[in-house]
Amino acid sequence: MSELAIELKGIDKSFGLVHANRNINLKVRKGTIHGIIGENGAGKSTLMSILYGFYQADHGDIVINGQTVNIRDPNAAIAAGIGMVHQHFMLVENFTVLENIMLGAEESQILNAGITKARAELKRLEKEYALEVDPDAVIEELPVGIQQRVEILKALYRKADILILDEPTGVLTPAEADHLFRILGQLKDQGKTVLLITHKLREIMAITDEVSVMRRGEMVATRTTSETSVEELAELMVGRRVLLRVEKGEARPADVKLSVKNLTVRDSRGVTMVDDVSFDLRAGEIVGIAGVAGNGQSELLEAISGIRRAKSGTVLLNGRPVDVTGHADPAELRKCGLAHVPEDRHHVGLVLKFEESENAILGYHDDPKYRKGLTLDVDAIRAEAEEKIAAYDIRPPNPRLKTANFSGGNQQKIVLAREMERNPDVLIIGQPTRGVDVGAIEFIHRRIIEMRDQGKAVLLVSVELDEIRALSDRILVMFAGRVVGERAPDATEGELGLLMAGVEGPKEAAE
Amino acid sequence: MDFFQVFIELAQSTVRVSTPLILAALAGLFTERAGVFDIGLEGKMLGAAFAAGCVAYITQSVYMGLLAAILVSVLLSLVHGYASITQRGSQIVSGVAINFVVAGSTVILGEAWFRQGGRTPALSESGRFSAIHLPFADAVRDVPILGQIYSGLLSGHSPLTYLAFLMVPASWWILYRTRFGLRLRAVGENPGAVDTAGISVIWLRYRAVICCGILCGIAGAYLSLSAGAGFTKGMTAGKGYIALAALIFAKWRPKNILFACLLFGFLDAFAIRYQGFAFPLIGKVPVQLMQALPYILTVILLAGFIGKAIPPKAGGVPYVKER
Repeated sequence: MSELAIELKGIDKSFGLVHANRNINLKVRKGTIHGIIGENGAGKSTLMSILYGFYQADHGDIVINGQTVNIRDPNAAIAAGIGMVHQHFMLVENFTVLENIMLGAEESQILNAGITKARAELKRLEKEYALEVDPDAVIEELPVGIQQRVEILKALYRKADILILDEPTGVLTPAEADHLFRILGQLKDQGKTVLLITHKLREIMAITDEVSVMRRGEMVATRTTSETSVEELAELMVGRRVLLRVEKGEARPADVKLSVKNLTVRDSRGVTMVDDVSFDLRAGEIVGIAGVAGNGQSELLEAISGIRRAKSGTVLLNGRPVDVTGHADPAELRKCGLAHVPEDRHHVGLVLKFEESENAILGYHDDPKYRKGLTLDVDAIRAEAEEKIAAYDIRPPNPRLKTANFSGGNQQKIVLAREMERNPDVLIIGQPTRGVDVGAIEFIHRRIIEMRDQGKAVLLVSVELDEIRALSDRILVMFAGRVVGERAPDATEGELGLLMAGVEGPKEAAE
Repeated sequence: MDFFQVFIELAQSTVRVSTPLILAALAGLFTERAGVFDIGLEGKMLGAAFAAGCVAYITQSVYMGLLAAILVSVLLSLVHGYASITQRGSQIVSGVAINFVVAGSTVILGEAWFRQGGRTPALSESGRFSAIHLPFADAVRDVPILGQIYSGLLSGHSPLTYLAFLMVPASWWILYRTRFGLRLRAVGENPGAVDTAGISVIWLRYRAVICCGILCGIAGAYLSLSAGAGFTKGMTAGKGYIALAALIFAKWRPKNILFACLLFGFLDAFAIRYQGFAFPLIGKVPVQLMQALPYILTVILLAGFIGKAIPPKAGGVPYVKER
């Protein structure tokens, strides 16, 4: 048994009434990759923020390398040899790589002296850990994978021995994620200790030596990765048995419900985001659009659902043309049988300050059945909201509760219930399970399959490749605004990953 | 009068009028680059001008006047800082409040103390900044072009004017070549990055706000101790807002600020010089229109000619640690 890099003893932290961390004990051995897994809101991030000095624990001790330390701010954490790569990168986007790495570790009042030294040190680190990056590149012009590398270099530059990574793969392509895992393996070989926070079981199995599971603010178990299984971890996370594989029968595609031809969309800066995209969507099938975030999927969804004006192209909904290049009216589209679950539920899908019942009719509020004379029929609205709450198991089951007070998974269910229960012909879903817990994911996936089996046409956009592969009957891959390939759902992850990275597959090359 | 002479005179008064604009815009640069928007430049300048007028009259010392101006302006900055950094209030509301409080209280205090209708008593020479005459300015006055430029345009300004123009490269150097500047620019873009690097966001923003106060204080002192001989009510006359416009026009960059302020200063100087002047073809332009010209052009320039000015990303947003 090697010595411990980190030992947490009885860490306890509350935010008002929320007990985020309850008597947490954790031992992380030196020179290992230790995974921390748990659902959203299980308290993983809070715990890591305490370790990094962002918050102070109410009770408990932190022992680093055998010494009890008082980490009252990030400075103390850095001094104790802890570095953190945040989920949302803590980089100044219009600064260069070098400026970002120096920030807070400049050494002298005037920059020039430090710059030369920093450049040399950066060179050395790049060599030692094979982390190439151009020190003079501006952050906002770099792909996210490289930006993450800068974050890691930032920590190493500050001589971190313990590296915490918070959900590091959320923004990466499979290939970039693999590269990251190789880097982490290398860091481990050099004797660094890595703490990997994630809710993706696959990553835990692939790379960690040990894994600790958190549930509702408590540390429920620690396992040696090689001696556990995905099923056991999922059960520990959720607290009950979870079906990880989506079960679905054969698709029975029927008539074309949505036909998109040569659709081109530009963003507000005039950059072409969707470039000449064509596809058909049939009743009774799920078409998944895979791609790394930012390759035009969002704009495609927005154009089809009438939120964003397209530059050119045609869209037929139920055989009727939609004025996508002019004034497509989302309300009108809804009446024609299109339902849309937007990618960003907080900004587009919900008004967080409204009651649950108000959000449950948002966009359909001019339906006569919600009307009583000149005013809304609040009783009817609440009664209907209660039905949906029951059908979708939305918790807490209170239609008068402010929507902001629901968890991410339950907010998503509110949107899904609203859109699915309108019985649309075409259902467009963006990121159905972003920020949603494992238990709720299972439910949402089942509902989507049910919609398909009822003969709805479903268009699914997700950055989670696993989700696309599990649900779709056909997969379209988008890269740089174009559909670069179509694959069956049994295509390997490697094949899809290459397409997503813009490396054309052998099929297209032969064509 | 020959054309070149007119040009020199116009340029000379452009420099004079631009001085407070440059100082105030640089003041805004420091705080806005740190993520604290400041609509209260106007109020701070006015307060500083008043303090300078009072103290310079009482002490008969121009330097005491300048010091008082800086002190008052920094205090007002700290009020803005307390409201918007510590208490995380609305930066706009806090700035507007400062403008109103100062506009009212300078008149009330001025009237109560000096009973001259809100003015401070006229300052004698010792209470004002006297112009600096560069060496040999008189000797070369008659040398065509170069001599005229030297003695007519470069020489004969208030020391504060020279200071204002020196502050442009100095501000650039501070922002881009020092640790403080690097951190200040970072905190205006992504305070989270600064916080996780172990630097205090709050203290950094307070320092930026203090820098703003100092520069605004000098701008105010210039108005009552250099351009004027004492404080008159509302003497900033919107210069704080014009400086703010220049700052946006300059896309928050020191070098651009110099040119933006000179442009706005020129428009103002032009309007002053050609009041009541009969233009060929147009004839006499009403005084009011001439006076409104700089503002009209400001609106047009800001609306259409600068492209997209991207403000510091974290500007206007109080920093709260994410949960």
